[in-house]
Amino acid sequence: MPAIDYHAVAPELILSGALIAVLCVDLFLPEKRKAWNSTLTALGVLGALGALFTLVGERRTTFGGMFVLDSFSLLFKFLFLAVAVVVVLMSADYLNDSLRSSQGEFYFLLLSSFLGAMLMASARDLLMLFVALEMVSVPAFLLAGFRKTDPRSTEAALKFFLIGVLSSAVMLFGMSLIYGVAQSTNLAEIGAALKARGDDPLVTASIMLILAGFGFKVSAVPFHFWAPDTYEGAPVPVAAFLSVASKAAGFAGLLQVAFLAFGGQTTAWGPGLAILSVATMTIGNVVALTQTNIVRLLAYSSIAHAGYMLMPLGVVAGQGAAIQRQAFAASLTYILVYSFMNLGAFAVVVAVGRKRPWNLISDYEGLSEREPGLALAMLFFLLSLAGIPPLAGFWAKFLVFGAAIDSGTAWLAAVMVLNSVVGLYYYLSVGAKMYLRPAEDPSPIGVPVPLVVAIAVALIVVVAVGVFPDFFNHFAPGATLIAL
Amino acid sequence: MMLDEWVLTVAVFAPLAGAGVIAALPKGREAAVKMSALVASGVALVAGVIALARFDFGSTGEMQLGIDKGWIDSIGARYHMGVDGIALPLLLLTVLLTFLCVLYSQRIMPKPHKPKGFFALILLLETGMAGTFTALDLVLFFVFWELVLVPMYFLIAVWGSERKEYSAIKFFLYTLFGSVFMLLGFLAMYFRSVDPATGKHTFDMLVLQHQAFGSPAFEHMIFLGLFLGFAIKVPMWPFHTWLPDAHGDAPTVGSVLLAGILLKMGTYGFIRIALPMLPERAVEWAPYIGALAVISILYGALNCLAQKDIKRLIAFSSVGHMGFVMLGIATLTDVGINAAVFGMVAHGIITGMLFFLAGSVYERYHTRVIDDIGPGMLLKLPRMGAILAFSAIASLGLPGLAGFWGEVLALLAAFNPARGLSSPLFRAYAVLGGVGTILTAGYFLWLLQRLNLGQVRERWANDPHIDDVRPVEVAAWSPLLVGILALGVYPRAVLEMTGGAVSKLAGFFS
Repeated sequence: MPAIDYHAVAPELILSGALIAVLCVDLFLPEKRKAWNSTLTALGVLGALGALFTLVGERRTTFGGMFVLDSFSLLFKFLFLAVAVVVVLMSADYLNDSLRSSQGEFYFLLLSSFLGAMLMASARDLLMLFVALEMVSVPAFLLAGFRKTDPRSTEAALKFFLIGVLSSAVMLFGMSLIYGVAQSTNLAEIGAALKARGDDPLVTASIMLILAGFGFKVSAVPFHFWAPDTYEGAPVPVAAFLSVASKAAGFAGLLQVAFLAFGGQTTAWGPGLAILSVATMTIGNVVALTQTNIVRLLAYSSIAHAGYMLMPLGVVAGQGAAIQRQAFAASLTYILVYSFMNLGAFAVVVAVGRKRPWNLISDYEGLSEREPGLALAMLFFLLSLAGIPPLAGFWAKFLVFGAAIDSGTAWLAAVMVLNSVVGLYYYLSVGAKMYLRPAEDPSPIGVPVPLVVAIAVALIVVVAVGVFPDFFNHFAPGATLIAL
Repeated sequence: MMLDEWVLTVAVFAPLAGAGVIAALPKGREAAVKMSALVASGVALVAGVIALARFDFGSTGEMQLGIDKGWIDSIGARYHMGVDGIALPLLLLTVLLTFLCVLYSQRIMPKPHKPKGFFALILLLETGMAGTFTALDLVLFFVFWELVLVPMYFLIAVWGSERKEYSAIKFFLYTLFGSVFMLLGFLAMYFRSVDPATGKHTFDMLVLQHQAFGSPAFEHMIFLGLFLGFAIKVPMWPFHTWLPDAHGDAPTVGSVLLAGILLKMGTYGFIRIALPMLPERAVEWAPYIGALAVISILYGALNCLAQKDIKRLIAFSSVGHMGFVMLGIATLTDVGINAAVFGMVAHGIITGMLFFLAGSVYERYHTRVIDDIGPGMLLKLPRMGAILAFSAIASLGLPGLAGFWGEVLALLAAFNPARGLSSPLFRAYAVLGGVGTILTAGYFLWLLQRLNLGQVRERWANDPHIDDVRPVEVAAWSPLLVGILALGVYPRAVLEMTGGAVSKLAGFFS
């Protein structure tokens, strides 16, 4: 039994402590003090964040190589905890309005899911990866159905659950085949074994199965059907969580598996992912055009963005180390940037939903008159999602374009250009609603302080990274994970 | 010297700072908003004049007043700006025209009022435009290039008329479509480039002028990307369809800036990026660009003859005039490119003036239909009618006024195109372009006849709201009117600036 490096897992331990504490304390909280749960949760997340800071620059391995802490996992953990802070801020007010009495369970489940995401970033073993993935998903199934009295929410949870379980099974099957071939569950060892083995249809098949499982997590076409219904039915903060943290966790796992375990098989999965990414961005964008519900619009937009994030993985087939590293960095940066701009957009949706719980796009008419600051923030998030400089979303697209051009797959870049134009249309149509239509009810909405903080955090990141994109360059995650 | 290094930064970013100040002002402080806008655009104008004063006319081919600082180290993009004899006139045009627009809007503003948003957007637009003409790094160039889209979209969509939302989104989507392909072209050049100083890839526009980017087929792909971006912006036929809508429905100052400056970003892109970076491909593309330019000239003119709406007429006339600019560029000669830059400046002043007039006429008559306003404007509004006649005649290219030189030099250049281009073909272009000038004269004179001459229509005769030129209009227009005359009489004012820079560029083709 190897010794456990408790320092390396400190953030996860603190998070685990916090989630148990929330569950216990909630039992003794009187109804009117239920809001303390959110404070406790936030403290837990901040504590984990503090522990994470003590690990900056470290490289540690524990649990027999299953759990690795390096700059790649650090970066993702910072992302997850930052997202957790924002999601808790978004939830605080939302829950007080509608779901007051079950706050303890809500935060317990939310923290569990984030714990899974944290583990995912460090998982360098198929077993660990699978456990982490389930840890992200299972609480999320429950969270999606959290508005218990609304049949849409129940539908959301059920759909999510059924498709989620199916894809887990598919992925697990793929993992078992890989284990049979490589005789190991460690990603690096699998990578070495597969390289030695060369081309093998069995390996290709199992890679496909595993990628299909991840395709579900990141809501890539054709595994995306759950996303719009689930996002729409789930509480809005949960939809934000699903579209950001859950998706990012999926990508964290995907990147590790793709480059560590299957790094030698790029020709097996590269072209497939290229096609997947084209289908994902195109279907996401085109279907988004016809939406009337803002959450569904953001759901389809998040599908489209999954396509953009997958694209760099689609160009690496048969390429050298430099291109692989570039593609990896592009995908990673896109995830980071996307998380903040999408989170910001969802935070605005929560704010507007306070007065208009149906989340229709037409609710945004005249928002610039009712809440000028809120409308401006939303406009920034939308333009950033559309990839207009000088906002963060532009640089994410810029790097993806760069990877496509440098690898000589210009057709992929051209498809993405067309998609960007389609995307701009529907993002801007929301902007037009906010600025060009009169408000039906001109009274201000009133944005509570936690939401203002949540929106401000996202906005600062989107603008600051937009003006000084080199910010993300201070992390050099690509070099550590793919020591190609 | 400190001043020389930062003067361009001030010219570009003073408006942005002004926009920030305006956004921070509390609601209802209209006077403060207007004053801030005037000050911010005034500072930019002064910075432009200082840049002109510090500019060394002895070496106009060199980039001057440069600033070069680190920005995005990971991809080697830099905060690199500077002006040469081609960029400086366009920068001056930008700061002057925007200042005049802000001045004009002090008194005359389109509905819905909302001064805060209006002035903030104009200033944001100015930063984008001025930055485009001064950037010497492709990434920086692209950021400024895209920065104009959002403010122009909202200027049209909020303060426009008729189908304003349709026109605004059409403008945005069209331009974005082209510009993202342009970005792909930039990236393709970047990844094939090597900066001799650092050994890395580079976005530096000056270094990229001396690079090879691979096989001719690959370079053609790059050129295609650049062409789409620039040609849509110019716009050249058949990419022009966004323009009449956008111009027709934009508010007055929106049209002025759109026609006066935004269109020049496209032609400037050809001159600054496409031609010097891919000279061999440019020679192969030139006949086709020339053909599109001639089609634009004729198509624009024929469309003008069919227009009933005064703003759409001026918009289509822009298609034709920009066709002359592109014809000049397509000849790849010293004379032709000089003509192009001159034509850009002249068109900016003249068409800006015409759009101001169209806006002021609409202000008074509440219609833009030519046959409803006229005849008899010269009797009803003698000063306004006279200014309109002057500007229209300048636009049709009367010798002695600014519009003349750009056109005549472009046609002259087409008679002797650069080495490697077919002389008979370009001479045919010149002849067709000449036909275009006749048509241009035709529709402008016909416009004057329908609007200005004859007896005043009864419904306007005693309308007290229709007043002649107001003081604010005098203030905003007189610099333009003086400019039209001055450039017509003394074209060397611009050609002196452009000469050195253009011969350096033409050197790539001889």
